[in-house]
Amino acid sequence: MLTDLTIAQAQTGLRAKQFTAEELTEAHLRGIGTLNPRLNAFLTVTAEQAREQAKAADAAIAKGDIRPLTGIPLAIKDLFCTKGVRTTAASMILSPFVPPYESTVTANLLRDGAVFVGKTNLDEFAMGSSNMSSAFGPVENPWKRRQDQNAVLVPGGSSGGSAAAVSARLAMGATGTDTGGSIRQPASFCGLVGVKPSYGRCSRWGVVAFASSLDHPGPFARTVQDSAILLRSMASHDPKDSTSADRSVPDYEAACKRGVKGLRIGVPREYRVDGMPAEIEALWEQGVQWLRDAGAEIVDVSLPHTKYGLATYYIVAPAEASSNLARYDGVRFGQRQDGGDLTEMYSNTRAAGFGAEVRRRIMIGTYVLSAGYYDAYYLRAQKVRALILRDFHEAFQKVDALITPTTPSAAFAQGEKMDDPVQMYLNDLFTVGANLAGVPATSVPAGLDSNGLPLGLQIIGKPFDEETVFAVSAEIERAAGFTALPQIRAGA
Amino acid sequence: MALDPTTIRRIATLSRIRVEDDQLAPLAQELNGILGWIEQLNEVNVDGVEPLTGGAQMAMKMRDDVVTDGGYAEDILANAPDRNGAFFAVPKVVE
Repeated sequence: MLTDLTIAQAQTGLRAKQFTAEELTEAHLRGIGTLNPRLNAFLTVTAEQAREQAKAADAAIAKGDIRPLTGIPLAIKDLFCTKGVRTTAASMILSPFVPPYESTVTANLLRDGAVFVGKTNLDEFAMGSSNMSSAFGPVENPWKRRQDQNAVLVPGGSSGGSAAAVSARLAMGATGTDTGGSIRQPASFCGLVGVKPSYGRCSRWGVVAFASSLDHPGPFARTVQDSAILLRSMASHDPKDSTSADRSVPDYEAACKRGVKGLRIGVPREYRVDGMPAEIEALWEQGVQWLRDAGAEIVDVSLPHTKYGLATYYIVAPAEASSNLARYDGVRFGQRQDGGDLTEMYSNTRAAGFGAEVRRRIMIGTYVLSAGYYDAYYLRAQKVRALILRDFHEAFQKVDALITPTTPSAAFAQGEKMDDPVQMYLNDLFTVGANLAGVPATSVPAGLDSNGLPLGLQIIGKPFDEETVFAVSAEIERAAGFTALPQIRAGA
Repeated sequence: MALDPTTIRRIATLSRIRVEDDQLAPLAQELNGILGWIEQLNEVNVDGVEPLTGGAQMAMKMRDDVVTDGGYAEDILANAPDRNGAFFAVPKVVE
């Protein structure tokens, strides 16, 4: 099956002319045609555009002009603006929006020859951990519980459509964004590799903003090597993003082959939380053992402010969101609801256009930034954020990388954890620290739970040292030998 | 500090989000649940700690204050819900 190939295998096959880029793209479009009505992973399928890009890829290959992603079918989270292709952020308020420009990350992928098969579903404005808050309906996780085949599981979120698409073989890789865990948590839930690089590594220009100091674009793929290929293409210094890092982008694929011999790997004791399922604790122990067996030195470390990460996040992220989402006023783009005067038009537009979770976060953010409460909430959260960053700095004096579980549970069913927003927020317990500190982190599929659902391990590295993170991730992948497949996939 | 319906009304106005009167009490309950959970930050000692604004561990860059791009009025207006010639149109503000 062409849809089962990795990106690295497809590159080889295309170069050797074993198949054409058109055949590769058609195979994925067929899978989308069959499975997307059920999975709802794509909000927009760009079949015609993909066919033209594939044709161009074949012409380029014939001429010997082969780039890193020539002819590779990718899915793009519908938070990345794509020129001439509707970009919704899974919100009613942006439902008619067709960007007149291309985001830097997607422009980099197109420069390298990629084929875009469509725009993927997500939690509205990337606010969520289940994809349940999309204005265009939830996404089904392609994985099923062994003992309960009828349960429809969530793919995680916010990049749930991207994760479901790559897992179900509807694309070879995908872009995501990660503000508190939105790449790593769905990667863990769908048995994929997800990479949140360092803050500043991938440009945020043209990505619909949620919380600007926490938003990180990054890739999904089915192998560590593929995720390294994608990140190298996505990453760049971009003068259009003032927080973009002016650093050269290393060869991440080469770093995957480094091994972990002699590396010092930290195990943060504060991640051993009450109520964590025994099988997740056991998988974590197993991961530590794999690295020890491969020649790494294991070091017990402390990140004392870990438990305050989520509360800090739920002040900082809504505060930034309330500011970023002020632009949706029904004047320049998006949907408008009329009102008697300008203010009423704004209020009606925003009440009709934003879903419940987005409205909730805008209001929390507005409150914590409002006169009289700013110091008590926002300023205090920024100070705790500084302490969280200090924890990571101090740990990285002693170790080269950290290993933790990615999530406190495997994928849950649609409708679960919906009654209390705080229960949903707890999904990001282990992932949110890397966003607050801006350090790179991956999730790598490492095993299955007793229901046959994938579980990921998280590798966290020093700022801009994605190479070590890839080296450790590749070792986990090698040792885990994760070969399980989702029940719902193209060609199955 | 628990939010009462009057405060919720004020936040909704600041947020420019229309909230019906019968939604004030349920919203107050939801937001109080979240804020109550956030209160745990009060137990952290932050004396002498400088606030951290972002993950970028670098100085912001300066650039020349010059026009580098533009001239796309039609492209930009193409997404406007309402327009009048080369302008965005809104309900009348000044009588």
